[in-house]
Amino acid sequence: MVDVRYETAFTLYPYQRSADQDAATPVRHPVVIVGGGPVGMGMALDLGQKGVPCVVLDDHDGVGIGSRAICFAKRTLEICDRMGAGDPMVDLGVVWNVGKVFREERQIYDFNLLPEEGHKRPAFINLQQPYFEKFLVERIRAAQSEGAPIDIRGKNAVLSVDAQDDFVTLEVDSPEGPYTIEADYLIACDGARSPVRGMLGHDFTGRVFEDNFLICDVKMKAQFPTERWFWFDPPFNPGQSVLLHKQPDDIWRIDFQLGWDIDRKAVVQPEYYMPKVQAMLGPDVAFEPEWVSVYTFQCMSMDAYRHGPVFFAGDSAHQVSPFGARGCNGGMQDVDNLAWKLAAVYHGEADAKLLESYNEERKHGAEENILNSSRTTDFMTPKSPIAKLFRESVLDLVEHTDAMRPLVNSGRLSMPCVYDGSSLNGPDDARMPARTRVGATVVDAPVSGGWLIDQLGNDFKVLAVNCDITVEGLETLRVDADPLMSERYLGDAGQAVYLIRPDQIVAARWETATPAEVISALQTAKGG
Amino acid sequence: MDVLNTPRIEDPDGFYAELLGAHEGLSEAESHALNARLVLLLANAVGDRDVLTATLNLAKKAGG
Repeated sequence: MVDVRYETAFTLYPYQRSADQDAATPVRHPVVIVGGGPVGMGMALDLGQKGVPCVVLDDHDGVGIGSRAICFAKRTLEICDRMGAGDPMVDLGVVWNVGKVFREERQIYDFNLLPEEGHKRPAFINLQQPYFEKFLVERIRAAQSEGAPIDIRGKNAVLSVDAQDDFVTLEVDSPEGPYTIEADYLIACDGARSPVRGMLGHDFTGRVFEDNFLICDVKMKAQFPTERWFWFDPPFNPGQSVLLHKQPDDIWRIDFQLGWDIDRKAVVQPEYYMPKVQAMLGPDVAFEPEWVSVYTFQCMSMDAYRHGPVFFAGDSAHQVSPFGARGCNGGMQDVDNLAWKLAAVYHGEADAKLLESYNEERKHGAEENILNSSRTTDFMTPKSPIAKLFRESVLDLVEHTDAMRPLVNSGRLSMPCVYDGSSLNGPDDARMPARTRVGATVVDAPVSGGWLIDQLGNDFKVLAVNCDITVEGLETLRVDADPLMSERYLGDAGQAVYLIRPDQIVAARWETATPAEVISALQTAKGG
Repeated sequence: MDVLNTPRIEDPDGFYAELLGAHEGLSEAESHALNARLVLLLANAVGDRDVLTATLNLAKKAGG
């Protein structure tokens, strides 16, 4: 029996018997992914398109109901573009760039996330998580028809995991009874409560913040602009904060901060939340609740995201409090980081020691996300009277001076981390811009024939700006620098050679390079 | 006055966390005293007499 833990919004992969269930001895797979959420499906899509056979085990047969993650960052959209799944997300998603911060009923602050031109994708879109997952699965279906070796198994629940040094044995339950498979590599993408993590006995530690938030997704025709609105101490939620976001289908996300001592069952009843929402929207606005849930902020992490043949990605490895959109976006960066490394090892293009850099790099990313989320939470939920006094003083001052604006923290929104100091990094040149330094994600720009980000593709690539270079085994993208490319890639240099990783991270850069220098940096970027 | 209206703190989130961290575990009276010492030292770091007066006036006004 496979338990039903939640209702599904879309049934996408109904149970089908697998040949593995009739095999005399357990079948060994190169990669098994546990969990069919955005990280699991993203991982399968990325690996499958790189020719790595993978099996996805999901204990449900579709996408869970409820919006959950809604803010998808530019970097996530670029990753989805790389995998061919970005367009339907951006077509349906609500694009927003402007955020406003209110105190009581007064606007005290606003910000524009991407005042800069020359990027294919916006800073953020809002999109219900079920759609995000559905578009990934639809892209997987298209990739499968093009031959990508991806096998999604719905209603398959992991019963036990036995990890050896170089393979994993899984006992899997199905509607027709249990069976056993093996995997060279197992990737646990099974969420914050990760059963795989529990079965293997790994710790998940961090901070629980003494506060609760009520999420109300409501359907209404409202004239609020497409902006992120955040209130400190509004009349409709005195002493607490509120966040409002627009989603597709006339759905609006409202987060009410509730404090610590609440009755978690009572607050999700209509008698509690309907008057609260009505007070916020005003008496004349008609609305229908779509999805209501209560959650407590937590910032947790595993010590290591790799244990031998088992990798942890997304919420199973690290969990952040949500104001800042660093959960699902952080998880998609795990996908971006791990898939090409596993593919390179699987195809014999890199030594297996490359895989250790997944933990090194993504631990660095997760720590940055946890630090930012913790600071936001500390500002929103001051943990002592003096912390509250400083928070109120910042808000008092910000109404009188712009100087205090940077101290107001209603969420530091997800940006990809820079892998400064990574063991995969090659030579850098300080004359070139800091934002495209070695370890950073490439910065998009318009180039002849489209967008830079689209022309980098899925493999290591050389980007030659105002010069040319031929390196055996590597494709070179030649670009003549316009003012934007100069500003983003040249700085004080007259020309540049960039080595770009498959996850579009700058691996090395030079003003002039010999093919041998590029090959040497390529070796370093593949783990040496 | 520009200095009063322009963000100047490097790594503002890091500074804010450090400031609150300095107060962690202190009683109310100890926090008051720490703040007083901070004001005096920061005033010395500012130095400019006109800026100090304008700062005092702004701080009073914002609390009003």
